[in-house]
Order: sequence, then C-alpha cells, then structure tokens
Amino acid sequence: MIPVRKFDAIVVGAGGAGMRASLQLAEAGLAVAVLSKVFPTRSHTVAAQGGIGASLGNMSEDNWLWHMYDTIKGSDWLGDQDAIEYMCKMAPQVVYELEHFGMPFDRNADGTIYQRPFGGHSANFGEKAVQRACAAADRTGHALVHTLYQRNVRANTQFFVEWMALDIVRDSDGDVLGVVAMEMETSEVVILQAKATMFATGGAGRIFAASTNAFINTGDGLGMAARAGIPLEDMEFWQFHPTGVAGAGVLITEGVRGEGGILLNCNGERFMERYAPNLKDLASRDVVSRSMDQEIKEGRGCGPHKDYVLLKLDHLGPEVIMKRLPSIREIALKFANVDCIKEPIPVVPTIHYQMGGIPTNVHGQVVAPKDGDYKAVVNGLYAVGECACVSVHGANRLGTNSLTDLIVFGRAAGMYIVEQNLQRVSHKPLPSDAADLSLARLSRLAGATSGESVPEVAGDLRKVMQAHCGVFRNQELLAEGVRKVKELEQRAMRTAIKDRSRTFNTARVEALELDNLIETAKATVVSAEARRESRGAQARSDYPNRDDVNWLKHTLWYRDGNRLDYKPVNLKPVSVEAFPPKTRTY
Amino acid sequence: MKFRIYRYDPEKDAKPYVQDYDVALDPHDRMLLDALIRVKAVDDTLSFRRSCREGVCGSDAMNINGKNGLACITNLNDVKEPVELRPLPGLPVIRDLIVDMSQFFKQYHSIKPYLVNDSPPPEKERLQSPEDREELDGLYECILCACCSTACPSFWWNPDKFVGPAGLLAAYRFIADTRDEAIGARLDDLEDPYRLFRCHTIMNCVDVCPKGLNPTKAISKIKEIMVRRAV
Repeated sequence: MIPVRKFDAIVVGAGGAGMRASLQLAEAGLAVAVLSKVFPTRSHTVAAQGGIGASLGNMSEDNWLWHMYDTIKGSDWLGDQDAIEYMCKMAPQVVYELEHFGMPFDRNADGTIYQRPFGGHSANFGEKAVQRACAAADRTGHALVHTLYQRNVRANTQFFVEWMALDIVRDSDGDVLGVVAMEMETSEVVILQAKATMFATGGAGRIFAASTNAFINTGDGLGMAARAGIPLEDMEFWQFHPTGVAGAGVLITEGVRGEGGILLNCNGERFMERYAPNLKDLASRDVVSRSMDQEIKEGRGCGPHKDYVLLKLDHLGPEVIMKRLPSIREIALKFANVDCIKEPIPVVPTIHYQMGGIPTNVHGQVVAPKDGDYKAVVNGLYAVGECACVSVHGANRLGTNSLTDLIVFGRAAGMYIVEQNLQRVSHKPLPSDAADLSLARLSRLAGATSGESVPEVAGDLRKVMQAHCGVFRNQELLAEGVRKVKELEQRAMRTAIKDRSRTFNTARVEALELDNLIETAKATVVSAEARRESRGAQARSDYPNRDDVNWLKHTLWYRDGNRLDYKPVNLKPVSVEAFPPKTRTY
Repeated sequence: MKFRIYRYDPEKDAKPYVQDYDVALDPHDRMLLDALIRVKAVDDTLSFRRSCREGVCGSDAMNINGKNGLACITNLNDVKEPVELRPLPGLPVIRDLIVDMSQFFKQYHSIKPYLVNDSPPPEKERLQSPEDREELDGLYECILCACCSTACPSFWWNPDKFVGPAGLLAAYRFIADTRDEAIGARLDDLEDPYRLFRCHTIMNCVDVCPKGLNPTKAISKIKEIMVRRAV
C-alpha cells in the first residue's frame, strides 16, 4: 500500500509563482504542502536578472494600458487580451506588495523603486522607450525568490524539499485529486491528496542544447499533464534570448541594453538600427534574435568562426556597470573570459523561455475542451508561471513580463483557491489505480538491466531540437524533427540505469525527467510543423508572413496520437477597448 | 582529467571511501561541474546536487582540493590534478557529495529571516533612500550554499548553538534594513554566548564565499551595534 497524505492544497514547484501562491494559501490558514525538487531558493526564478515589469511611472509617466499594448504587440497578437489586461492592471499592486514583503529593490533619489528601460517597453503605444522594469541590480529574480521564501517562512508554509512529483491522480470524472510523488532522499513514493493541486513547475528549456535554463527545468508539469490527457497550448513558441554567452549559454540580461549597451557585428556596425529603426537594440526579443541570426548567416558574425556578435557596454563606464550590472561583469569574466568594463561580450541567441504550456484561465484553473466548450475547467487542477499558458505572452514574451506573470497569477490562483473554502470541502475518494502509472514507470526502470543511457538519449534530444527547431524553421527541417523526436521517444522507453540505491538516486531522477523532456519536445515540434505562418518566435522561412486569416488561433497538442486542436484567441479585454491586430514594427 | 572523489552510499558501504576517476573532457568543458557531469555519464551512481550552473542557485557547493566552493564556477584551469572532491565538511553525509543541510537551514530560520514591519503599508512602495538601500549591498546576495558555515570551526563544534556566518549575515541584512522594525528583538536574540559570540574571527567564511561576501564584517557590525546600545 502506498502511503497517502492529505492536504487542502498542494503546490508543485517553489519558484516565484509557486511561492507567491503558497503564501496566499498559508496565510489564509489552509493546510498546504509545497513540493520542490530543490531547496526553494534554488528554483530557477533565482536566475532572473533584469527586472519585473510594472507601470509604476517612477521615472517618467507610464500607464498600465501602454504596458498592455506593448505586451499584446510583443505577443504578435496571440496573447489573450483579457489575461494581459488583468496582468498589466495588477502589476503595480503586486510589485508594491513585494516591496512591503522586504524585497530589496534599487532606489531612486526620491526613495521610490528604480526602473530601467527594457526591450519592447514603450510610452504612449510605441512612441518612445519607457523605464518600466523594476530592478534589484541585475539580481531581481534572486531578490524576489529569497523574499518570497522568507515570507513563506514567516507564514509557516510546509515545504517538501527535494521531492519530485511523478504523475497526476485523476479519477473517472476527470477530476484531479493530487499527485504521486517521490522523496528523493529515500525514494519513498507517496500519494499527496489534495482538494486543489497547483502546478508551478517552470519551463522545459532543457529540451534544447544551448539554453539559459537550469538543469532542473525539465518540464515536469508539462509531462505530467500530457500523460494525464491534458492538452498543451502553443508549444511551438520558444523564446530565444538575444544575449546568451557564446558557447556557454549563460544569460546576459536585456538590462545591459536597457542601461545603454549595444550589439555590434564584425564591421563594428550597430546593426539593430537597420532592423528596428525606432527601438533599435531594445526591440522585442524575437526581432533582435532573428536580426542577429541574419547577421551571422550573412557572414557578419564575429570571431574566428564568425559565429557570434558582440555586446558592447564598456561605454557605460565602470560606475554604472558595478552598480547596476555587477553580476553581468562576474558572468562575463567567468564564462567568456572578458572584462566587460573594457571589452565587449560575445553573445548568441539562446533558448530562454517557453511561451506555451498548460492552458489556464485567469484564476489559474486548468482548462481543456470538453463537449465543445474550450473553456471547460479541469476540476482540482491549477497551473501558474512558465508551465502555464494563460496566455499573456502569446507568440513572444516581453522582457520582465515573466516575473510579472509569476507574481500576478500565482497570487490570483492563490486567492481563487482561498475563496473556495476548501477546509469545508471533503476529499473525493481516490481511485484504486491512483498510483499505477508512476509505479509502472518506476518498475520499468527497476527491471531494466541493460539499455539506452539516459544522458545520451537526453543529449541527442537536445541536439535534434536545436537543429530542427531553431530561430528559423521550415517544413523539411520540422518534418525531419518530428520523425527524429519520435525515434528518441522509443529510445527513452528502453533506458536503463546502473544505480540501484534508494538513497538520493539522481540517476533515477534524471531518467524520470527524460520522460517529461520527451513529452515537451514532441509537443513543440509537432505544433511547430503544423503552424504554417511566421508569428513572434515561430519564424518559418517557407511561410515568412503572419497569417491572421488562418492562424490567429491557439494550438492545443494532445499526447494521444500527437493530435492537434485549435481554439480562438481572446481579442476582447474586459474593461477597455480591444487592440486589433496590425503590422508589427519596432 | 583525474579525480579523487569521496564515495558513500549508506545502503552498501560500511564506511566512506575514495574513488579514482580519469575522464576525457570535451574542449568546451570549462568548469568543474562540466567535468563532474562527464564523470556521471561514465558512472551514474555518483551523486551530487546541481541546478543553475552559473553560481546563483547555490546547489553544488562542495569541498574542492580542501577548500569549499561551487563546482559550476570553479574553472578547470584553476584546480590541481588529481582534483579531490569531498562533501561540505561538518554536516552529515546523505550520499557521496550530498550533505544533510537541515542544521544549516535551522540556524538560518532561527534568526527570523524576513522583514518585520507591522505598520500598515502605504498604498505604494515604502520609501528608502539610495544610501539606506546601499547598506544592504553585500548582505542580500547570499545564495545559502553553506560554503561559509561549513568552513567555520565554530560552526563545526556547535552547529546547534552557533548561528554561523550565513545566518548571521542574514541577521545583519535585516538589522541594516531601514524598513525593519524588530532590531531590538533581533539583537536580544543574538546576545548569547553561543549564537553570535562563538565567532572568533577566523575568517574562513570570507575566504570561501563564492559570491565575495563578508560575513565576518557583518558579524562585527552586529557586535558594534550591541556595544553602542549597551552604553
């Protein structure tokens, strides 16, 4: 018999979204358990650098409507306007709350929160750049995740540290009743039963070879959802961050360009002036990444192999660099061997963020089509943060909106669950097969004495995704990519590990993570092959234009038979006028 | 590249031992963590923690050739072969390079590591001057990797009573914050022969901090404030 532990709510993942939600739940007195593969402050939110977007207007006039417009335009009109409206309207309040929690934001002379310029942030609907990114030096994510952890300590939130969720428990009504999870230290498998189960498991950037993402970002929530029959939305849209350190993949914040840094090709030309005459180096990330790729393809890259461009910031002076960008200097010294006070940093577009994810509404409730209703709620299941698709980022996320998304929707989902008065609701009975899927996965691994190596299959998957789902895509590349990922799926079913220990068996954890990487990769490449247009981060050389007649719609990928479905984009905000699609230039 | 790595699996090993490895590196391998991942590809039973691989999450702290550090930001050119890797000293070993950090976090939690301010917050942000905010620089950046506390002889002898450098750095981070209203209570809590005063300024913490922070300085500032408040 597998032990069962009961809670009002469980949160899987302890990054910005998970801990903002758990704070809401714990402070309301709910019995809440937060599971995390790593100690909470080691969650990947800790690596966010540049800032959190909110129209505080501390530097010059700003307005949440302008933030909303920038976000919609950034999303290439694939974002849902009601969700974007909610996020931009709430952003200032949630940032003030973080400050009240003790987050150490940088300050202006008048004592207000310092805000820096960022890509695609504009005043008056695209007229000129605006300073909207609320920053704690270039460690905003670190400051945020530590503050939220601290506040959760104050609220006595119960953490299950170094626990990995394996699968969703779903009954015959389709209701979600919790997760099957494994304590990594002991390999004990437990059913965590809950009246509300929230996924805040982050992205799956580790499906690509060159990624800014941490090792833990293996798309566990996506894999679990897919295996439970829940569709994944808009998975073809992956953001390439323009400035990853060439060769190392480590992130260099867009805040460098916000503070005045510029990109140069081998002729020393500031090439972004040609591609985005208005916002230049601070155009949206998809635009800048494509421009860099173009420069490199046309032979204007730098270095012996002409395979990167240069990020110049020495002209900002040592004072600005040491005050506003101290970690960037450290990263450049350690990972690129350059002192950016004197020399430029070699950079390439690098996988950074997953715009798609588990479909939700603005309360964080997971939604999946049922009897023709594409807004039908999956009872008991919530998703927030990068693993969710609400959708505020559409086809391309605006810089700093990731942190805004985490906090706004982590809080919103927490508040919504609190309103359900779960203490008064009783637990539904668990189905008898609740843990069968997880146990089958574990027993296959336990029984496999020889087979494929987990790191080899995972490495090959990353190479395939990098080669077939890059900045520019086409039919031939994608079709070949689909075939190869399906082959890798077969190989992943034949993996074997040598480690037989029950004590902190990290080989087993990596094998279980591989299942989730495979689901995410399939969703990505199948969705990308089907979408025959270019929009935001999906750039197809064979379909170079956006096609609003046929493709202004969200993709839904189902694991079962790699089936695709589509649902409309919500172009109607609740309280303001819509922003109808138009040509996107920066 | 040659490694000598501490191995211990409580399920099969009566006591810890050292295992030698010699692995071929890729020219792109730059950091010690890259090399450890090569070792694990050959022997998947080797266990260690890792996540961000850029020195911000604090997962892969270990003892490298006798000194605590983060594997992901230790350049392979800077380590002598064979590279001797051991778990962080002074904490119970769970397996191989993975230690039980409960005692470390217990001390961190003991200093009430959160802002205490019960005044009703304003509608917008609480104001803080850039100068007051600068007081937090060098304090808030801690990544809780435990390199410092597990390099501290005072923490080795009294991990249950001495807060340790990481916890005390965090304590001063809140004492130094103009927004915090619990300075008196924080000082009272530390005014104890063990919690604060076991620090004998050996300064190993400063020597090993991968983020270049200075817990000893923070500790001496707490002591200064205590003296000032006593007179």
